[in-house]
Amino acid sequence: MSSVMPNDKVAENKKSKSSGVDVDLKTWGPFIALAALALLGMLINPAFLGLDNLSNMLTRSAFIGIIAIGATFVITAGGLDLSVGAMAAFIAGVMIILMNSLVEQFGTGITTVLLGVGASLLLGLCAGFINGIVTTKGKIEAFIVTLGTMGIYRSLVTYLADGGTLSLDWGVRDIYRPVYYGSLLGIPIPVLVFLLVAVVGYILLNHTRFGRYCFAIGSNEKVAEYSAIHVDRIKTMTYMLQGVCVALATIIYVPRLGSASGATGVLWELEAIAAVIIGGTMLKGGHGRIWGTVVGAIMLTMIGNILNLTDAISNYLNGTVQGIIIIVAVYLQRASWRKTGP
Amino acid sequence: MLLSARKLCRSFGDNQVLFDIDLDLQAGEVHALLGENGAGKSTLVKILAGYLRATSGDMFIDDKQKSYRSSGEAEADGVVMIHQELALAELLSVEENIFLGCELRRGLFLDRRAMRERSQAALAELETHVNPRARVKDLSTSDQQMVEIAKAITRNARVLIMDEPTATLTESEVKVLFALINRLRQRGVAILYISHKLREIEQIADRVTVLRDGHLVDSGPMAGRSKEELARLMVGRDINEMYPPLTQLPEDGAVVLEAQGMVVPGAVKQASFTLRRGEVLGFGGVVGSGRTALIEAVLGIRVKSAGKVLRNGQPVVLRHLRDAVRQHIAYLTEDRKGKGLVLNMDLRSNVTLLNLRAYCHPLIDRRLEEQAFQEAIQRFDIRLRTAVRTAAELSGGNQQKLLLAKVMTIDPEVVIINEPTRGIDVGTKHQIYRFIHELTEAGRSVILISSEMSELIGLSHRVAVMCAGVLTGVLEGEQINEQEIMQYASGIKGVGADEQRYA
Repeated sequence: MSSVMPNDKVAENKKSKSSGVDVDLKTWGPFIALAALALLGMLINPAFLGLDNLSNMLTRSAFIGIIAIGATFVITAGGLDLSVGAMAAFIAGVMIILMNSLVEQFGTGITTVLLGVGASLLLGLCAGFINGIVTTKGKIEAFIVTLGTMGIYRSLVTYLADGGTLSLDWGVRDIYRPVYYGSLLGIPIPVLVFLLVAVVGYILLNHTRFGRYCFAIGSNEKVAEYSAIHVDRIKTMTYMLQGVCVALATIIYVPRLGSASGATGVLWELEAIAAVIIGGTMLKGGHGRIWGTVVGAIMLTMIGNILNLTDAISNYLNGTVQGIIIIVAVYLQRASWRKTGP
Repeated sequence: MLLSARKLCRSFGDNQVLFDIDLDLQAGEVHALLGENGAGKSTLVKILAGYLRATSGDMFIDDKQKSYRSSGEAEADGVVMIHQELALAELLSVEENIFLGCELRRGLFLDRRAMRERSQAALAELETHVNPRARVKDLSTSDQQMVEIAKAITRNARVLIMDEPTATLTESEVKVLFALINRLRQRGVAILYISHKLREIEQIADRVTVLRDGHLVDSGPMAGRSKEELARLMVGRDINEMYPPLTQLPEDGAVVLEAQGMVVPGAVKQASFTLRRGEVLGFGGVVGSGRTALIEAVLGIRVKSAGKVLRNGQPVVLRHLRDAVRQHIAYLTEDRKGKGLVLNMDLRSNVTLLNLRAYCHPLIDRRLEEQAFQEAIQRFDIRLRTAVRTAAELSGGNQQKLLLAKVMTIDPEVVIINEPTRGIDVGTKHQIYRFIHELTEAGRSVILISSEMSELIGLSHRVAVMCAGVLTGVLEGEQINEQEIMQYASGIKGVGADEQRYA
C-alpha cells in the first residue's frame, strides 16, 4: 500500500500533461476533422475542391448552419429546441400566404418581399418567445415543450397548405430569387448571411454579458440565480434568438423552391443539434462554441456532398455516415472531458 | 480487536490531511471520534469504510489485514457507514432502499413480501413509524436517517460508522437514536460516532479519539476526561488566539439592516433582528432551525409571507438577490459548489459573474476582468497551483476565497456569510476570520451564520439564536457563551421576538 503514493503522483503528472493536449484537441478537433474530410473529398474526386462545388456546398449548409448557431445558445444555456424544423416550415407557409395576398395591394414589388421578410422575423421572435416563456415560467422541461410546439407548427403548416403545397406567386418569386441564387463579390448571399450570423453569434456568446450568462446558466442554474442573473429572462432570450435564426434561415430558404409544405424542414432540428454537438458544444449545457457549430454544419453537408461524388458508398447511406460521425465526435469529446473534468 | 488501523496517512495532491492515525475499535463499544471541521474525521472514516484509499498505513479486521477498494468490500466485512449527506435513492420506497443492492429473491423474481417483513422488523426496532412503502422523497430528514440506520441493521453491520448523525435530528429523535445505539452496543456492534457536540459524546461514548489538523492528539476511555479538556484538545489553542479582537463599535452605531416580523412558510415562524454598522451579528441554532431560510427571505431569494426589511431605516422591497445586490448587500452561500461557484468555468469569469456589468462597455473587457482577478488573488491570498483552469480544481479553502472575491466585487456594505469555514483547513479559517475583522474595521457590517459554536463566540458582537423557526433571543456581551447559546437554540430559554426587538 505504501507504493500508492508514487503511483498517485505519476497519475497526477500524466493528468496535467494530457490536459494541455486535450485543450487543443477540444478547440481544434472539429477543424481538424473538417480538414480531414475535405482531404478525403479531394482524393475521391478532384472536382470536390472546385469553386462551384465549394460555394454550392456552403450555400446548402447555410440553412442548418444559421439555425444551429441559434441552437448553440439554447443548448449552451442548458435548453433544447426541437421545434426549429417545424417552425421553419410554419414560418415559410405563413410568409408565402402573406406575400401572395399582398400582391393584390402592393404588386409584385420589393415592398411585398420586405413585408414578408419582416413578418417572418416577427413570427420567429414570437415562436421563440412562446418556447422560452413556457419552459421558464411553466417550469416544464424544454424537451417536452418544444416537442409539443414542434407538433403544433408541423400540423399548422399542413393545415394551411390543406395537406398540399403552398406556392409563392411567380411574380414575387422573380423579385425574391436573388436572395438565394444571387451573390455579392462572388460569394453567394446565403453564405454571406451565414457568415454574418456566425460573427454576430461569436461576439454575442464570447464577448457579452448575455453570452457569459448563458454559460453560467447552462453550467448551474442555481449558481446563476445566486449570482443575481435574470435566469428566466436570459433563457427566454436564447429561445427568441433561436426563433430569429430560424426566421433568417427560412427567408433564405423560401426563394430556393418558392414553396412550402408539411414536408418542409423535416429533421432540421436534429441536423441542427448534430451540428452543434459535433462542434464541441456540450448537450447538457455550460459549454458552447460558435465556430465549432459552423464547422459542424459544413461537415454535415460535406458528407452528403462527398457521397455524391463517389460510387464507393451509396448516396442512400448518407444518414449512416452522418450518424457514425456524430457518435464518434461526441465520444472523442467525452473521452477528453473524462480525463480533465471535475 | 474488531477493527484496528495503524499509521494511516492520506494526501490529496500535495495536501496531506491525515498523519499516522492509529485507531482501535472493540466489539460492543461506542467510540467517539472528535475534531473540528477539517480535522480529518470524515477522511479517516471514509478510508475505514472503503470510500477512499489510504496513501499509506494498514488496516485490520479481526486481526486480518484488509485493503478495501470499494465500500462494497467493506460492507461485506460488516463495516457500514451512515453518511452525513444521506445516500438514499429518493424515488424508491423505504423497503426498496433498505435492500438496494442486496435484494431478496425467490428464483428469478424479487421476494417483496420477505423484504417488506424484514424492513418492518428493522424499522420497528428503531421505534419509528416510517411506512416501508413510503417514498424516501416524502420523508423528513430524520426519518430518512432512520431508514439509513435500518439499512445498516439489515446488513448485519459489525462496525457502524455514524458521521454526525444528530446534525439534522430533533431532540426527541436524538433520544431514540441513543436508545438504539445502546441496543446495538449490547448486540456487540462497534460504533464509531463522529461528532463535535461534546454534550452528546459525554452521554454515549465509551472511548474517545480526538483529531486535530489531521493528527491524533488524544485517545482513551471517556471516563476521566472532561468536556473542557476535550474541547481544548479539539481546538488546540485558546479561543483568544484563534480569533482577532472585536471591532470597537461606535456608541450610536446606526442600524444598517433591520428585519421585522419575518415569516417564511414552513421554515420561519417569527424573527426580527437589527444589524448595526461595523458589527458582526452571529446566527446560532441547530441545522434546520430556520437561519438560512430567514436570511434568504430577507435577501429576497425565498418568499416570505410576512415581514418588513429596512435598509438604513428605510423600508425596502427585495424580490430577488439582484435587489439585495443593488442595496450593497452581499451574500456568501453555505453551498459553495451548488450555489456559489460555476465549477466548470474559469476562475476569472467566476470572480466577475456577480457584477459583470462593471466590466463591460458594452462588450466584456477581458483586461479589466484579468485585473480584477489578479487583485482578488492578492487580496484574498488565493493559491493557484499551476494549470488550474476551473473552479472545480481548487481546494475548498481556495474556493471559499474565490467566492469571497466574487461577492466583494459589488463593494458591499453588508456582508452575509453562511457557514464560512465549512470543510476548510485551519490556516484558511484564520484568514477568513481576519478578513471578517477587516470588513468591520472598514465600517461594514457582517451577518455570520455558523454551526460552529466557537466561531460564533469568538467573532460576534451579538448572537441571535434560532430554534425551530423562532428567533428565541439575541445574546450580548457576557451572555455569549456555549451554555446560553445551547439553551436558546434548544428553546429552553427565550420565548418570542418581542423582548429582543427593543433590546
